[in-house]
Amino acid sequence: MFTKLLINMRPKKYATYALCVIAIVFLPLLMGATAGNGWVRILDFALLYAMLALGLNIVVGYTGLLDLGYIAFYAIGAYVYALLASPHFGLHWPSFVVLPICVLVAAGFGMLLGAPTLRLRGDYLAIVTLGFGEIVRLFLNNLDRPFNLTNGPQGINLIDPLFALSEPLSLFGLRITSVYFYYYLFLVAMIAIIFINLRLQNSRVGRAWMAIREDEMAAKACGINTRNIKLLAFAMGAAFGGFAGGLFAGFQGFVSPESFGIQESILVLCMVVLGGMGNIAGVIFGAFLLTIAPEVLRAIASPMQEHLLGRTIIDPENLRVLLFGSALVLTMLFRPQGLWPKQDNKEPSL
Amino acid sequence: MEWMDILAQQIFNGVILGSVYALVALGYTMVYGILGLINFAHGDITMIGAMVAIAVLNALFTTTFGLHPLMFSGIALVAAICVCMLLGVGIERLAYRPLRKSPKLAVLITAIGVSMVLQNAAVLIWGRGYQRFPSLFSDNYFSFAGASLTGTKVAVVLVTAVVLLALWLLIKHSRLGRSMRATTQDPQMAQLMGVNINRLISTTFVIGSGLGALAGVMVAAIYGQADPYMGFILGWKAFSAAVLGGIGNLTGAVIGGLLLGLIESLGSAYLGTLTHGVLGSNYQDIFAFLVLILVLVCKPSGLLGKNTVARP
Repeated sequence: MFTKLLINMRPKKYATYALCVIAIVFLPLLMGATAGNGWVRILDFALLYAMLALGLNIVVGYTGLLDLGYIAFYAIGAYVYALLASPHFGLHWPSFVVLPICVLVAAGFGMLLGAPTLRLRGDYLAIVTLGFGEIVRLFLNNLDRPFNLTNGPQGINLIDPLFALSEPLSLFGLRITSVYFYYYLFLVAMIAIIFINLRLQNSRVGRAWMAIREDEMAAKACGINTRNIKLLAFAMGAAFGGFAGGLFAGFQGFVSPESFGIQESILVLCMVVLGGMGNIAGVIFGAFLLTIAPEVLRAIASPMQEHLLGRTIIDPENLRVLLFGSALVLTMLFRPQGLWPKQDNKEPSL
Repeated sequence: MEWMDILAQQIFNGVILGSVYALVALGYTMVYGILGLINFAHGDITMIGAMVAIAVLNALFTTTFGLHPLMFSGIALVAAICVCMLLGVGIERLAYRPLRKSPKLAVLITAIGVSMVLQNAAVLIWGRGYQRFPSLFSDNYFSFAGASLTGTKVAVVLVTAVVLLALWLLIKHSRLGRSMRATTQDPQMAQLMGVNINRLISTTFVIGSGLGALAGVMVAAIYGQADPYMGFILGWKAFSAAVLGGIGNLTGAVIGGLLLGLIESLGSAYLGTLTHGVLGSNYQDIFAFLVLILVLVCKPSGLLGKNTVARP
């Protein structure tokens, strides 16, 4: 397949692709050199969110099931990693063992939480999944009794870094800190997820998901086992969420229930909706836009207010969520297909 | 028996909580009945009501005219209800009406966006923390059938009863109520029979938001505080109550609200005893959720709902 791709590409197009690859590979080095390591960290987070958004895209974008508790699977993945690779239980399993467990546990929970909602559609489903998300957070918050599983609101810290990537490395006389490694690690993970998504999209399963999105009754009449296919969508979405969660725990070194509130679920939903439901490139664009724009806002809003008014009146964090909400409403009113929709007239998005 | 001592108290607490849920649930169920839309922002409208009332009360206290405390609370309540009614109509005009013919998912996402905007607008205006509800009356505790009550709490139950009676009369015996019921049954047919759908929907939002504001003020008065994030959990529980009673059904919303209030209050009181301290009252918020799941799995139409196929 790859050779065919190379043959079909015209030289000019080939050069564009090569430039893109070079840009993606050197972006963190450039960012780190000009704006500092903090911005490379933000890039890492953007990649994590892109993975999450791609997972949610399967449930919302392909299958058309509005899941408002998606962050629960991220939380489950993160806690599984934290429990299996931290001093909390004294377990220090290697990442390549723990990450698949994160995926499996999250996928299991995806099916478990998906099963009672199979008969629900649209708004009912949204409310119930929202409840599931809150319940998972509530349990994480309270399961320090009767025996200490999650360490309650304090969360779990001193989590082992992913693949023991914590020490700065000297390479050709340059000191390279771990944020760069994480960037390339997440990049590889995201490319793998994109590949899986692309293959799924054009598979029998992917077509079945989209058929359910367009008309569940008609899909059933065409012989699709809607129950299994919907469960599969939940499990797949949850698996990607759990994987991203595991990476998050190892990257952050610390997890607490606070990181997994309803706001985060809605943030990931914003990424999918704003970017363009059902379109992989659009969803990734949405994730990058909504991770990086607030940071730019944070860097600009506070100093500007202090410069103009002498003090910070509007908290940037607050302004961020306010803008997200307005963006959701305005997108639905004026561009319901998202900023970067799927270029395919046969399939009306949303 | 130890558990008997708190029984009366918990039943009373449940009824108070239930009245508040019932008022908020009515807002959800009325809008759902007519538009088939879950108005996600309804819980936040409730919160705005509570915050406006507190702001007005604080403003009145600083300008001491020597009015009676009842006048104070009356002015604050009216102000809160008016603001919320305007807000409800405005939201419907700007955000929901242009999307009336769009897919449900689009409207739902818009509603979530509106909810976020309201929440954060409140944070911008009043700040992130709790706002204290000024104590108006020297609220004496008195005992009734083994439960200790306050005047405010009794007033909450009485006001709810009066408002529900008024609403029932409005729906059953007025021209407006008749057109509402007709639209719930069949919007297109109602329109053909001369019901002005747009005006009716606006009116529904006015009434629903007004009830929400009243409930918000009551919650703030009972707990003595309000914060910008209270709307979310309150709205979610009230929605559970509406589903429990059968969404779209007004009597169902009231019964569902009261039931949920009782379940929550009794459940959180006895959960610790029943599980020998393994699960405590910190799991209180789970009850609404369990009720919602059980109803949706076993009897999706709710207690009083009609057994119909879900709207496409």
